[in-house]
Amino acid sequence: MKKLLVIIALLPIIAFANTAAVTESAPIDPSNQASLQRGARTFINSCLNCHSANYMRYNRLVDIGLTEKEIKENLLFAGDKVGDPMRIAMDPQDAKKWFGVTPPDLSVEVRARGVDWLYAYMRGFYKDETTPSGWNNIVFDKVAMPHVFYQQQGEQILNHETHELELVKPGRLNPAEYDAFVADLTNYMAFMAEPAKAQRKSLGIWVLLFLGVLLVLTKKVKAAYWKDIK
Amino acid sequence: MADNKQKPSEVIANVVGWVDRRFPLTSTMKAHLTEYYAPKNFNFWYFFGSLAMLVLVMQILTGIFLTMHYKPSAAEAFASVEYIMRDVFGGNIIRYMHSTGASMFFVVVYLHMFRGIIYGSYRTPRELIWLFGVGIFLALMGEAFFGYLLPWGQMSYWGAQVITSLFGTVPFIGPDLMEWLRGDFLTADATLNRFFAFHVIALPLVLLGLVMVHLVALHEVGSNNPDGVEIKASKDKKTGIPLDGIPFHPYYTVKDIVGVVVFLMVFAAIVFFAPEMGGYFLEHNNFIPADPLKTPEHIAPVWYFTPYYSILRAVPPVLNSQFPGVAAMGLSVVVFAFLPWLDKSPVKSIRYRGSLYKRWLVAFVVSFFVLGYLGTEPSNVWGQFGAWAGGADRATVVARIFTAIYFLFFLLMPWYTARDKTKPVPERVTY
Repeated sequence: MKKLLVIIALLPIIAFANTAAVTESAPIDPSNQASLQRGARTFINSCLNCHSANYMRYNRLVDIGLTEKEIKENLLFAGDKVGDPMRIAMDPQDAKKWFGVTPPDLSVEVRARGVDWLYAYMRGFYKDETTPSGWNNIVFDKVAMPHVFYQQQGEQILNHETHELELVKPGRLNPAEYDAFVADLTNYMAFMAEPAKAQRKSLGIWVLLFLGVLLVLTKKVKAAYWKDIK
Repeated sequence: MADNKQKPSEVIANVVGWVDRRFPLTSTMKAHLTEYYAPKNFNFWYFFGSLAMLVLVMQILTGIFLTMHYKPSAAEAFASVEYIMRDVFGGNIIRYMHSTGASMFFVVVYLHMFRGIIYGSYRTPRELIWLFGVGIFLALMGEAFFGYLLPWGQMSYWGAQVITSLFGTVPFIGPDLMEWLRGDFLTADATLNRFFAFHVIALPLVLLGLVMVHLVALHEVGSNNPDGVEIKASKDKKTGIPLDGIPFHPYYTVKDIVGVVVFLMVFAAIVFFAPEMGGYFLEHNNFIPADPLKTPEHIAPVWYFTPYYSILRAVPPVLNSQFPGVAAMGLSVVVFAFLPWLDKSPVKSIRYRGSLYKRWLVAFVVSFFVLGYLGTEPSNVWGQFGAWAGGADRATVVARIFTAIYFLFFLLMPWYTARDKTKPVPERVTY
């Protein structure tokens, strides 16, 4: 029976063991506000042209240390209000005609894909003349999205023997700088996927402390009532 | 009123007396709490009944608040859930409580059912309690299934699509039945609307009614206990109170509250720190909005349905029809209802049963978990056997073996329980 319980306890670990070919874990720190702010800037300047983030309001960025004034002056598109969600002007039907697929809304993308996948994806573009955009991706074969950051990263090719990416033409950033750039973006997108995550965790500690005290008290009450049951 | 010199206790007695002359307040309290005598030897396993009630109440309360902001339409459902998660005050906690509550409901109900099985709580005179319980389990499965469509993510959509298409395998009327259930040719807005109706009103009413008769039947015959001894067989000659019985209130109310607090600690740990539970409570794919044109590579139900889903996949089609698999899946749930008549052992509790029964029980529990695990994975998860086995999926073959064991636990029960060497049962409970 004991052995059985051990096996049962280990089952979820076995179940987790077979995730995709994403090997590296994303070096992100949700408490690093400077990183989150850099990521937010990259997201709004680069991603938010084709991808929307319809469930994310601009003024939620106060949670990562920006003031409403800073958001208005630096990050808002003309005509948007600070309480507006991060919409885009591109029509989904047009987008489908142009790219073959409507670029997905990115509000909760990290919750679907995971941070490690996103970190690998943004670093995984390589030149491939067989695709319509001329780009392919090591974690998303034949992806419709072109490499938006090729100026920053430079051009990679896939070595078909080792199945590894090689940088053949350096970009504006060196590889370490580019990794940090993508990590910031990943960090921000993880925040955007669940802005209240940090607050939920800090609330959880208080709830558990309260329940811990309640446990001691209820156990005492129980013991007091049960002392004469023999 | 100024010269009214009544003490507060007299006022209360007068009010209670006034009510009692019009409504059976005191007598009901006595019958179900203060003079309902429960065996004093309840152990850890006896917490899960009260915990199931707690989760039911929590699901109803959080559900009420969710319906205040949720929109049951295909165009708005996904966005309204994210609205709750971001813009409704406390909405994220309420939503996580509801999603965690769904999984934890099954955790406590499975443990509650297992308690009933190991201590023979379904045996005479408690067959009806058990049958009502099976009814609750079925209603709960329906409730969970309908509720799972509501977030309108990819897993919601394709899960509902797969399960409703099972009805399409019913001979003759299948396709019409499937369309009638969906209200459309595919899972669509009409399906979402009716599932919402089932989830928030139809099945909760059924559940509450069944829980009530479950408890009424329980309090009529009295609780079983880990020894499987009838405490009503040894009563105090003067008072007529069972010697091993103690009033449910205050003894078990104060004890169950300790269980409630421990449970809430586990529950809060999940809600606040791991609401997705690694993709088991909230599946990753369900954060992608439903897309009728994009079938996910791998469709798996939520963990609490996976043992039955495994059975469905394990049964091979007969004459090109998947119906035998669907029937086997249905039977794997309904078969619990027959336990009171399948068990021929002279004893109730596992404490006095022999090794033959225990081995079958272990085999059953192992098969339940293996089938549960395999149901979360695609059937090629363990690769294929070589050409000697026709290149069959290893996982499918394993699922077939454990499906057979699952059913044999029930089918052979009359034989192995009658043949098992049992130990003598004491006259009074051990405490």
